[in-house]
Amino acid sequence: MTTAVNPSKPDSRTGADLYLHMYRRMLMIRLFEEQVNDLYTRALMPGLAHLYIGEEAVAVGVCEALRTDDYITSTHRGHGHCLAKGASVDLMFAELLGKEVGYCKGKGGSMHIADPATGNLGANAIVGGSTGIATGAAFSAQRLGTGQVAVCFFGEGALGQGVLYEVMNMAALWKLPVVYVCENNMYNEYTHFSETTAGDILARGPAFGVPSEAVDGQDVRAVYDVAKKLVERARAGDGPSLLLVNTYRYHGHHVGDVSREYYRSKQEEQQWKTERDPIRIMGDWLVSQGLADRAALDKLHGEVKAEIDHGVQFALAAPYPSPDKVDQDVYA
Amino acid sequence: MSMLEAATAVRELTLAQAIREALAEEMRRDPRVFILGEDIAEAGHPFKVLSGLVEEFGAKRVLDTPISEAGFTGIAVGAAMTGMRPVIDIMFGDFIGLTMDQMVNQAAKIHYMSGGKWKAPLVMRTTLGATRRSAAQHSQSLHAWFCHIPGLKVVMPSTPYDAKGLLKSAIRDENPVVFFEDKMMYRLKGPVPDEEYTIPLGVADIKREGSDVTIIATSSMVQVALGAATLLEESGISAEVVDPRTLWPLDEKTLIESAKKTSRVIVVDEGYGRYGVTAELASVIQEGAFFDLEAPVKRMGAMHVPIPFSPPLEDVTVPTEQTVADAARALCGAS
Ligand SMILES: Cc1ncc(C[n+]2csc(CCOP(=O)(O)OP(=O)(O)O)c2C)c(N)n1
Repeated sequence: MTTAVNPSKPDSRTGADLYLHMYRRMLMIRLFEEQVNDLYTRALMPGLAHLYIGEEAVAVGVCEALRTDDYITSTHRGHGHCLAKGASVDLMFAELLGKEVGYCKGKGGSMHIADPATGNLGANAIVGGSTGIATGAAFSAQRLGTGQVAVCFFGEGALGQGVLYEVMNMAALWKLPVVYVCENNMYNEYTHFSETTAGDILARGPAFGVPSEAVDGQDVRAVYDVAKKLVERARAGDGPSLLLVNTYRYHGHHVGDVSREYYRSKQEEQQWKTERDPIRIMGDWLVSQGLADRAALDKLHGEVKAEIDHGVQFALAAPYPSPDKVDQDVYA
Repeated sequence: MSMLEAATAVRELTLAQAIREALAEEMRRDPRVFILGEDIAEAGHPFKVLSGLVEEFGAKRVLDTPISEAGFTGIAVGAAMTGMRPVIDIMFGDFIGLTMDQMVNQAAKIHYMSGGKWKAPLVMRTTLGATRRSAAQHSQSLHAWFCHIPGLKVVMPSTPYDAKGLLKSAIRDENPVVFFEDKMMYRLKGPVPDEEYTIPLGVADIKREGSDVTIIATSSMVQVALGAATLLEESGISAEVVDPRTLWPLDEKTLIESAKKTSRVIVVDEGYGRYGVTAELASVIQEGAFFDLEAPVKRMGAMHVPIPFSPPLEDVTVPTEQTVADAARALCGAS
């Protein structure tokens, strides 16, 4: 029923193997999201869809530095995080279409994918809503001595939420193993982050004694390297850190956001797509290093495409939950 | 609105347009009125309710905030206490949790705690309503939370006409007022006169007269109740639809009179029933019309579950024309 979960085990992957894997994961997210766009515009997907296209290197670079049992919390723009952490394409699509076999039995949908098997504590539709959860998971890991690390993904919009600073303060006080990953795709919804964010983002961590670094979010190798360092730091008991990842979403805030000229130019979008595409950058690098040739990348593309197509068919064919399931799962 | 008014008011506006017009008129009338919220300036709000306002009033009066609901609600409380008239925009009613301390412990209490020396005349506009396939954190109808708090007023318009007149009164009110808009209803059209008018808070409206059963409905459920009334007519049942329009202050008199007239009452509200608005309204009816009732008051609201994403699940969580009509038939012994 389910496709094989392919958990991230950084220690078991090195060199070419690791790089090809990261390329494949990014491609999987890209093709997944293109299908979401397609399903949505064909009115086959209910609700809202916030696409991660353009930001793939962030989720993949960070999650590749994690163990399968490490925790993540995700956001409304969460498909990429979930897939990068090892979620099954089939079960993701099924959830997005509200089907019974989906990750949350159809109860959560696009903005709420959760999967204990891959350490996914849940995507969250409240901006900043998971900052406490991630920090609490880090608290458990520390108290239970499991060696797990928690990664809290959030958009730069969540920098506006006070709870982030409350938990960051406590994480620093108690040296909790959590990495706060701020994905700055430059726009909240339809507002440029500079209009809502005062001062220097990177200065916010050090104010709490939380080491902070910035990285180019279109370069998956760079993201991976710095994430690995911060994750290992957390695992070693040296406490929380803040990683600011500069990136860009190619599409609208959600699929319905099509006329965007009033808040950003077509030219800006085009420039990111042609000059800063994370998948192209990694593909070119793989070829230039002799780690893959174009034919191999094409073949990979075909394989991933087949996996995605299978997931869509699986989800479309799957039944909806029967209405009498509606009041199950309210209480544990 | 009377039949005569409806006939002469040729102009039709959507609910969103009516709200925008109320804001624009109040901002023209009173330079102290300003709006705070996320993506409300150039973007004109994600639901496009506020488009055009920044163009007319400028960025000093229509301010894009960071995603800081607690913070800008607090700023509104302070600004309201010191001479301004803030209107704050909380995009989804589900986000009010973030604002609760500012509303409940600060805005609601300052007048009383200061022995009447300070006041906080602010309006919080936010949304309610499910069936948009937006799942559990974007679909709730949480207005009952505010109804519980002395010092707050709660407004629930169900038509463009009511929305405009009630919002103007809310902005002029000397107290903190929470104004709930059904996001599924923004495109609903209805007559709105050209001339200026306001609707006082605390006056219910009989949306449809009837004699066999009273359906008291709020906000999103008013249209559902009217649809149910049409279905009931086919079964020979005459339903009266009463819209309290504001949950606090509450026009108990009109509700009780209707209950006495028809002797059967259904209360429909999209919030949760348990400890909720329907419980309060049913209690008002039974206290005020007990000896005139032929049957216990029937309550209908959101099923007591987080709103699920999947359409076949979500659809059974809220009252529909059909379920309301069925309940009315049962109440009238006609099922
Ligand atoms: C507390 C809260 N306020 C507002 C919203 C509405 N909202 C959803 S996404 C979003 C913008 C988020 O921007 P950012 O965190 O930068 O993430 P991005 O969408 O850019 O990935 C807003 C305001 C929300 N979901 N939660």
